[in-house]
Amino acid sequence: MSDKIKKFEDKAREKSEAELSQKRLGVMKTYKLYVDGKFPRTESGRYYELKNSEGAILANVCLSSRKDFRDAQTAARAATTKWAKASPYNRGQILYRMAEMLEGRSAQFVEELTSEGLTASEARSEVEQSIDRLIYYAGWSDKYQQVFSAVNPVASSHFNFSMLEPTGVVSLIAPEETGLLGLISMIAPAIVGGNTVVVLASYSKPLGAITFSEVLATSDLPAGVVNILTGTRAELISHMTSHMDVNAISYAGSEEKELKPLQENAALNVKRVSLWKNEMDWSSEESQSPYRILELQETKTTWHPVGI
Amino acid sequence: MAKNNSKSAKAKSAVKSTLQFNTSWSYAPAPESADHVKLQSSYDLFIDGKFTAPAKGKYFDTLNPATEKKLASVAEATTEDVDLAVQSARRAYDKVWSKMPAKERGKYIFRIARILQERAREFSVLESMDGGKPIRESRTIDIPLAAAHFFYYAGWADKLEYAVAGNRPVRALGVAGQIIPWNFPLLMAAWKIAPALAAGNTVVLKPAETTPLTALKLAEIFQQADLPPGVVNIVTGAGATGAAIVQHPGIDKIAFTGSTDIGKGIQKALVGRDTKLTLELGGKSANIIFEDAALDQAVEGIINGIYFNQGHVCCAGSRLFVQESVAGMLIRKLQDRMQTLIVGDPLDKNTDIGAINSRPQLEKIEEYLKIGVKEGAELFQTKCEIPKKGFWVRPTLFTNVAQSHRISQEEIFGPVLTMQTFRTVEEVVEKANNTPYGLAAGVWTDKGSKVFSVSSQLRAGVVWANTYNKFDPTAPFGGYKESGKGREGGLHGLLPYLEVA
Repeated sequence: MSDKIKKFEDKAREKSEAELSQKRLGVMKTYKLYVDGKFPRTESGRYYELKNSEGAILANVCLSSRKDFRDAQTAARAATTKWAKASPYNRGQILYRMAEMLEGRSAQFVEELTSEGLTASEARSEVEQSIDRLIYYAGWSDKYQQVFSAVNPVASSHFNFSMLEPTGVVSLIAPEETGLLGLISMIAPAIVGGNTVVVLASYSKPLGAITFSEVLATSDLPAGVVNILTGTRAELISHMTSHMDVNAISYAGSEEKELKPLQENAALNVKRVSLWKNEMDWSSEESQSPYRILELQETKTTWHPVGI
Repeated sequence: MAKNNSKSAKAKSAVKSTLQFNTSWSYAPAPESADHVKLQSSYDLFIDGKFTAPAKGKYFDTLNPATEKKLASVAEATTEDVDLAVQSARRAYDKVWSKMPAKERGKYIFRIARILQERAREFSVLESMDGGKPIRESRTIDIPLAAAHFFYYAGWADKLEYAVAGNRPVRALGVAGQIIPWNFPLLMAAWKIAPALAAGNTVVLKPAETTPLTALKLAEIFQQADLPPGVVNIVTGAGATGAAIVQHPGIDKIAFTGSTDIGKGIQKALVGRDTKLTLELGGKSANIIFEDAALDQAVEGIINGIYFNQGHVCCAGSRLFVQESVAGMLIRKLQDRMQTLIVGDPLDKNTDIGAINSRPQLEKIEEYLKIGVKEGAELFQTKCEIPKKGFWVRPTLFTNVAQSHRISQEEIFGPVLTMQTFRTVEEVVEKANNTPYGLAAGVWTDKGSKVFSVSSQLRAGVVWANTYNKFDPTAPFGGYKESGKGREGGLHGLLPYLEVA
């Protein structure tokens, strides 16, 4: 009896070994950061294991450090002038191109989101909505200025107008639960308005964010405009929000223990704060609005005498 | 200069002013009468439509900074009084102001504007007495602009849906706590109160402790206009009173104008609360003169930029940048023009520069003058006479200033100008932007395309091109970076007082 079983097992093993010897090995992806248009590993050399629900390791994800944030901030600051100067038409086309790239690679994103725990149809829906969100903001690129600017009828003999300019560098803490759609819903209004961002991706669902950086890298988006880090909120939020050369914070979440120090840090240099509540339904109409662009804009009023 | 002048005279003229205005140029005094200003010896708090004695019974003096004489004593509001004021504002909001048809709300604000226009002279004189600013400015700028602000925002009251894009419903926030500075006492009160009321909020306002009188007079106008009790409450006091407003849980919105330090403190104090905030803070604004500018006009703009209101202006053009090729000529013209400035009695219609607002401010400015000299900058002050009593600073220009000097980094808030030179657009843009502030800037050039190119590169909320220090109720005002957040004035100034769904 037991001999029979042994024989059977040996055979099976031989068969699988034969198959293994002929099999093409899939190439696993190294999930890295996206800083200044490049894909570096964290300078700290640290990682965390991302596992699926069965406990299998999906990736060794970079555990970014303060230094990684500072590098990303430097890149983001350096990119501000060029990106703010890019024409709205150009910015709109780049966002549209991002949507195109995402559409073309949607299967990969669906697979990653599924591996992180979504059902196939949930994953498909999140990817599709992410694409549509990019299109939505691509279309706003050359319109929000007309909606929110003004020619001011001053009483004196001056030509006077107010228009929007980007706030500058934004530290963006993406939502934990909706790794791709939430991230894109926050990045898009920031960058369509000419800001540059340093993003902390979801800790538990980082794959879509990391792969999204490949979309960014192939969309003619200038290096440094979007920088994506992975790691823990506990370690990075304080650095991201206290940096004195960051102009604004965009934060998703409602954790009191995160929000309080974040807002205190904002007061260090009067940072603007754009809040996205935890209960935000990222698939709803409310999660997209030109007012989200406005939150990260400054109004400049220019005066010029009229006369000869 | 004639050719036969000696070499030494020539050398002298290159550094020294050639025109002697003070010797042959004198003006007869032209004082504005203060007779028609009715002042009480003491003022209570304005709460729930009535002047109310402070709970703790404490009063402080407000002085005329030009004479150092007491004008009146003014109630010091403590936490109890602030609480009463907030309650009264809340009640007025719940029971009256938020229920009233918007057009009626607007008509009250129109009324306030009209009565203020009628009483403009009285307010102008009092503003100059309490704050030290020249009557020429209070009567042509502060008071008329304050009235214009009420008139402008009055019309918005029943048109709020047009202030917001996309048919989004709007509603008022509730009770606004407003804290204003001493440099434009009535004008800042108008900047704060008018949009708040138009948007449907009620108000608790704290004027600055050195300049409370015109705000209290404004309370008289509210009574005269039959403004419902509690819609605007005015509590006088110093920092502690302001803190009591900020910390009061019944406040839905804080609007603050003042120093960056205190503004940051307020932003921090509001952490964890659902209180909206606008801040209009300090500045160190660059005024940039290109070689192709109309230099004589530019000189007027520089003078107006820094010596307007004794330099007590958050957006003062306190950092002058002059293109190297015209720097020598410009310094000469500027110094000549500075010599003509008359410092003295704020109520004299000839006066260009009035009294420094308070002794502490005078000491602060004098400290910076010492710092500037110590840092190695070259000090130029005019020779004008100044009165014996009161707080005065002669118009001052520092040359040989470095970007790293404290006098070119920190807000002095006085008639003190620092000058640096530059060669290229890139250089001056970088220098101008190299400050934590971002309130305002000036650009002087006759080339239109340069105006737009430079002004769009300056990180500042207001850019004056070939002009400076112009204000209008329709024109949004406010800062980038550490100069604040939110805008006051215009359509944009309405939004911080509205909740947009």
